[in-house]
Amino acid sequence: MAIRINGTEVAPPEDARVSLLDLLRERLHLTGTKLGCNQGACGACTVLVDGNRVLSCLTLAVQVDGRTVTTIEGLGADGLHPLQAAFLEHDGLQCGYCTPGQICAASAMLAEVEAGVPSYVTRDLSGPVRLSRDEVRERMSGNLCRCGAHNGIVDAILAVAAERAA
Amino acid sequence: MTPVSYLRAGSAADALRLGAVQGHRLLGGGTNLVDLMRKGVEQPGVLVDVTGLPALIEEAADGSIVIGAAARNSSVAAHPLVRTRYPMLSRAILGGASAQIRNMATVGGNLLQRTRCLYFADAAGSRCNKREPGSGCDARGGFTRYHAILGASPACIATHPSDMAVALAALDARVHLASAEGVRTLSLLDLHRLPGDRPDLETVLAPGEMIVAIELPPSDVAARSIYRKVRDRASYAFALVSVAAGLALDGDRIVDVRIALGGVAAKPWRALRAEATLRGGPATAEAFARAAEVELAEAAPLPGNAFKVPLATRTMAAVLAQLSGEQA
Amino acid sequence: MSRVQNVLVGSVRTALGWVPAQWLPGGTPDPLIGRHGEIGRQASRVDGALKVQGQARFSAEVAMEGLCYAALVHSTVTRGRIARLDTAAAEAAPGVLLVVTHRNMPRVASPSLISMTDPTATGNSSLPILQDDQVHYNGQVVAAVVAETQEQADHAASLIAIDYEAAPAETRFEEAKAGARVIPSLLIERNHLSFGRAERELARSPHKVDNRYRTPWQNHNAIELHALTVAWGDDELTVHDTTQMIAAEAATLAKLFGLKREQVRVLSPFVGGGFGGKGFWDHQVAAVAAARMVGRPLRLQLSREGVYRIIGGRSPTEQRVAIGADEDGRFTALLHDGWSVMPPYGACPEAYTLGTRAAYRAKSFEILQRHVDMAVVPNTFMRAPGEAIGTFALESAVDELAHALALDPIELRLRNLPDKHPITGAPFSQHAPAKSWADGAARFGWERRSTTPGARREGEWRIGMGCGSGSFPYVRMPGAAVRLSVRHDGTASLACSGQEMGMGTATVLAQQVADRLGLPLAAVSIEIGDSALPAAPLAGGSGQTVSIAGAILAAAEKLPAELLRLAGNDSPLAGLRPGEVRLAREGLAGAEEPSRHESFRSILTRANRDEVSVTASGTPPLEMLKFAMHSTAAMFCELRVSDVTGEVRVDRLLGSFDCGAILNPRTAASQFRGGMIMGLGLALTEETLFDERSGRIMNPTLADYHVPAHMDVPEIEVMWTDIPDPRSPLGARGIGEIGITGVAAAVANAVFNATGKRVRDLPITLDKLL
Repeated sequence: MAIRINGTEVAPPEDARVSLLDLLRERLHLTGTKLGCNQGACGACTVLVDGNRVLSCLTLAVQVDGRTVTTIEGLGADGLHPLQAAFLEHDGLQCGYCTPGQICAASAMLAEVEAGVPSYVTRDLSGPVRLSRDEVRERMSGNLCRCGAHNGIVDAILAVAAERAA
Repeated sequence: MTPVSYLRAGSAADALRLGAVQGHRLLGGGTNLVDLMRKGVEQPGVLVDVTGLPALIEEAADGSIVIGAAARNSSVAAHPLVRTRYPMLSRAILGGASAQIRNMATVGGNLLQRTRCLYFADAAGSRCNKREPGSGCDARGGFTRYHAILGASPACIATHPSDMAVALAALDARVHLASAEGVRTLSLLDLHRLPGDRPDLETVLAPGEMIVAIELPPSDVAARSIYRKVRDRASYAFALVSVAAGLALDGDRIVDVRIALGGVAAKPWRALRAEATLRGGPATAEAFARAAEVELAEAAPLPGNAFKVPLATRTMAAVLAQLSGEQA
Repeated sequence: MSRVQNVLVGSVRTALGWVPAQWLPGGTPDPLIGRHGEIGRQASRVDGALKVQGQARFSAEVAMEGLCYAALVHSTVTRGRIARLDTAAAEAAPGVLLVVTHRNMPRVASPSLISMTDPTATGNSSLPILQDDQVHYNGQVVAAVVAETQEQADHAASLIAIDYEAAPAETRFEEAKAGARVIPSLLIERNHLSFGRAERELARSPHKVDNRYRTPWQNHNAIELHALTVAWGDDELTVHDTTQMIAAEAATLAKLFGLKREQVRVLSPFVGGGFGGKGFWDHQVAAVAAARMVGRPLRLQLSREGVYRIIGGRSPTEQRVAIGADEDGRFTALLHDGWSVMPPYGACPEAYTLGTRAAYRAKSFEILQRHVDMAVVPNTFMRAPGEAIGTFALESAVDELAHALALDPIELRLRNLPDKHPITGAPFSQHAPAKSWADGAARFGWERRSTTPGARREGEWRIGMGCGSGSFPYVRMPGAAVRLSVRHDGTASLACSGQEMGMGTATVLAQQVADRLGLPLAAVSIEIGDSALPAAPLAGGSGQTVSIAGAILAAAEKLPAELLRLAGNDSPLAGLRPGEVRLAREGLAGAEEPSRHESFRSILTRANRDEVSVTASGTPPLEMLKFAMHSTAAMFCELRVSDVTGEVRVDRLLGSFDCGAILNPRTAASQFRGGMIMGLGLALTEETLFDERSGRIMNPTLADYHVPAHMDVPEIEVMWTDIPDPRSPLGARGIGEIGITGVAAAVANAVFNATGKRVRDLPITLDKLL
C-alpha cells in the first residue's frame, strides 16, 4: 500500500510515531503544511484526507496508508486556487504561517456547507444550511491566527462562496 | 513519544485478538491519544487501529439508532436521523473541538478520552493520582476552573471533557461492549466511574473489553432538545458547564424531562434529582430554578470553581425555560 | 539605563529645546509628505502569493543534506541544583548522536542584556546557558539531545534522568512585592515623576477615583514556533532563524562563539509572527553549540510547551491609578504606580506608566513603577509592552471618573487633552486625538450609548458600549542602514537586513523606493531578511518602517551625486551640482528646470554600468528628543453580556487612529485590526497560568491558553486621521502596536455600561460577571 499525496504515491514510514505532518515536512519537504503546536490545538497543520479536513499533527502517517492526502501544494496545483486568490484580495493573512491551514480548512468547509452539514450556530439543525458570517466564523474556529487576519479570512471565504453560488 | 508498533484491525474480533497484549491501546482518531503519547502521559507499546471497524449509523427495527463505535463524530452530527430526532446530540458534537478534530475523532474514542486536567497532562512536572495512583494530586489547590463540583473525591477532581457524552447521558444511550468473553450492553450512565480512591479506573470496561456501538433508544423528549455549552471562548474550548436537556409538555405540565450536565464531574452528570422534581409538575421558571438548585445542592466546589455552581444552576434553568417557551 | 543617562537625556532635551526645528537633522519635512504616489495606495503584499501557496520558506523549512534534530530538556523544579544527571539511557537510544548538558557544553558567555544604548545587545536573560548545575526557574534548559530524527530526539530527551536538590524560590507575586526594587529609568524615561504634590491634590479634589487594576501573565503565541536550522562551515556559521533582530543576532552569535562578524550569517526572510517574542534566547545558543559539537547541520524547533518554558512573555501587573478632578472635570491629580515582575537577570521592564505621561494634562502627577523579583523565565516585551496594559488601568479609571461626574467619557477626555507634552512641555510634532475621537464617535454611533449602566437588553443579553484611548510613542532607531541600487534596465533594488513578520515590511519599503526614485512599483525589488545585507534595526517599538525610511531618505540624498558623476558632459544634466537635481520620473531632473532630465537607464547605459549603488544610514533620531511624538487611538466597543452565564460577546469594535501618514491602507488596516484582536484576547480570554505554589506554567498549550478564535472576532472597523507628522520620514509613525492599546479598557468600560459591574482584573472571564 501507499499514501497518495497530491497525486504521488509515498511509502508509509517505518517508524509508527511519525506523524503525517512530520512525514510531509521533514521527509517529503512539503513544508506548506505548518507546525504550530503539535497539540491539535491551532489548525496550522490542516490537510485533506480523502477530501475531509483533518489535523496532520495528530494523524500518524501509518494511519493514512491507502488514503489520499491533499496539502496546500496540491490544492493550488494549477495556478492559484480561488481561495488562495481571495485570501490575497482580502488580505486574509499577515505573517502567512497559519495561512495554508486556513485555506485547506476553508476549502473543505465550503464542501461541507454544500453537503448541508450543520454547525454549532446553525439555528435549525434539520433544515438547509445558509452560509453567513457567523457560520464561517464558527466553522473556521479551529484555525487560530495570531496576527489577527480574521476579518480578511472570513471576507475571502464568503467571496468565494458567493462566486460559487452565482 | 516512546517507540510503538502499529497494527490495523479489520473487525472487532480482530481488534480483540491484536489487543490481547500488555500495554496496548486502541487507536481511533488519535486526537487525544496521540497528544497524550507525545506528552508522555500514555506510553503504549502497541497501537491497534480500530478506525476500520464498523462505522454505520442505522435504524434498528424498534426505532433505535445504532452507531458503530468507529463512526466519526462529524458523521454522527451530520446524520439526518440524528439531526431530526436527537438534535441535542448533533449540537453537542458540533459544540466540541473543531471541524478537523470532529472529522478524526470516533464515537468510541470520544467516550474514552481522558480528562483535560492541566496537572494530569503535565507528566514531567506534576503529581496526579489518575496518572500514577497514590502519587498525590497537584490540581487541588491549583488551577481548578475546569474541575469537578460534583462526585469528586479527595484523590481526584478531574472532569470528563466530552460534549457528546453529555447528550448521550441525557438520551439514555446504551453502550455495546465486546470482549473475548462475549458481548454485553450497559447504560451510558454506568460506563464511567466516579473517581473514589481509584481515579485511574475511569470506566467499568474490563481489561480487553471494547466499545463496538452506541444505541440511541426512541425518545419522546429528544426531538425538541437543546445542548448549551458555556466556555471561555466563543468556540473551540472545553465546557466550563454544559447542559443537555429535552422536555415533553402537556399544556403547562411536564410529562417527561431529561437533563444532563457536562464539565462538572468525572462523568457526564445525569440530573436525575432535578428530573424527578420536575416530572409531572408545572413548567414554570420557578420550578426550573428549584429543580436546578436541587440538583446542585450537593455540589462541593473548590475556590477556583465555585462559580460553576451558580453557572450550572442558571444555565440549566435557562435551557429548560427555553425548551418550555419553544413549545408553548 | 542609569541615573547618568537620565541626566544626559534630560540635558540633550534641554539643549534641543533651543534649536529651531529646521536646524535639526531631518528637521525639514520629508519632501514626499503629501505627494501622491505609490505611498498611500493599497499595494498587495509582495510576498502574498508565496504565502497562500505555502511556498514561503520559514526557518524550520530549510532542507539540508545530513540534517539532524535536537530536542531540549527543561527543568521541572524552580530553583536548585542538579544533584544527579543520568544520560546513559538517552545516549544509548536509537538514532541519538549527542547529549549536551552542562558537563560537556562548551564554555559560552551569556549575551549582553538588551539595552537602549547598544543596538547589538540582544539578551533577554543574563543567566548562564547550560554552563553549570544551577537551576534558576522552572522550565530552564538543562539538557539537549541530538538525533537522526525528531521522534528519536524527543524520545531520548524523555530518557534523561535528573534529580534536583530544590532550593527555596520566590514564586508568589504578593509576597515578592515586599522586596520590590525601584530602578531609576524605564527605557529612555525617568521612572519616578513627581510634580505638584499629587497625593495632596487628590485628597482635596471634589471628584476622585482611586483603584487598583490587575493584569495577568501572557505569552506572545506566534503560530510559528521558535526554530532554527544551523550549519557550520569551516570557518563560518549559517543560521536560518525566525527572529526580529537579524543583524543583532548575527553580531551576538559572532561574539559568543568567537567569530568575526562577517563569519556569521543569519537568514530570516519570513517570520511566522513575532510580537516581541522572537528575540534571542537560550535555544539559539544551545543549537549553535550542539551543531558544532555534532559536526552536522542541525535543526532545533521548540515544542509549543518549550516556547512557554523558555521564552518569556508579558509580566503581570498590579497598578494603582488615581485621578482627582475639579467641578468641571479638569484633572487636578494623576497618579499611576504599581508593580510588575522583572527578575535581576532580565532586561525588559514592563513600562505601563509611559503612556500615562503623555495622555492627559493634570495639575499634579505622581508616577512610579516598582519591580518585583520572582523566580521565572525572564519576562520580555510583548506587543505594546507597557501601553497595552497601562492603558487598561488608566482608561478604566477615566471611565470610572466620568461615571462619577455623570459626564460623557469622551467629553471628559477632550477636556483634559494636552496641547503640549504634559510633563516635558515639548511641543507635539503632530497630535489630533480630538479629531480621532470625533470621527470615531460619529462612525460608531456613540450617541446611541445609554448613559445608565444595565439599561439596554435583548432577551437574556445586556448590551453596552464603551470606549478607551490607546497610545504609543514614535520610535525611530539609530543606525539603520540600507543599500539602494538603480540598474541600467531601469529597475531599482533596496537591500537591508530588515525583518518581515507579517507587517508588510517589504511591500511598504517597495512603495517608498518607488516614490523616492519616481519609479513604478513593479520596477522595485526588495531584499531583506539576511544579515549579510546592510544592518537594519530590529523589528521592535513599531519603529522598523520609519527607521528604514530614514535610511532610504539618506540614500536617496546620496544617489544624485553618484549619478551625476556617471552622467558626464553629454547628459542634459551636465553642469548641474548634486544640490541642483532631484530624483524624478525614473531618473534625475533639474530642480529648477525639470525639463533637464535623464533616466537612470540612459545614464547607466551611456556610462556602460550595470548598476550604481549607494549605502547610507539614517540621521540620528533627534526629533524624538525635540518633539513629543505620540500616536493616539480612540477605541470603541459594543458587546453583550449574558444574564444567565456571564459570557461576553463583542459585536462591534472600532479603532480611530491618529498615527501620522498611513503608507499602505491595506496592510495598515490589517495591522490595526491584528493589534485590536490581540487586545480582545487581553481583555477577555488570555492568561498564562503560573502556579504560584510551584513556579510552573500550567497551560503551555494553545488549547489551554485562549487566544481569540474566529468566533471571538467581530467585524472590526478601522479609520485614521491620516495627518502626516512633519517631523518623521514620510510623515509616518509606527502602527504595529498601537492597535492593542486601549482595547481592554474599551471592553471593560462596555461591560460596565452593559451590566453596571466594574471588572478591574483581566481577563474579564464570565465568572467575574455572574
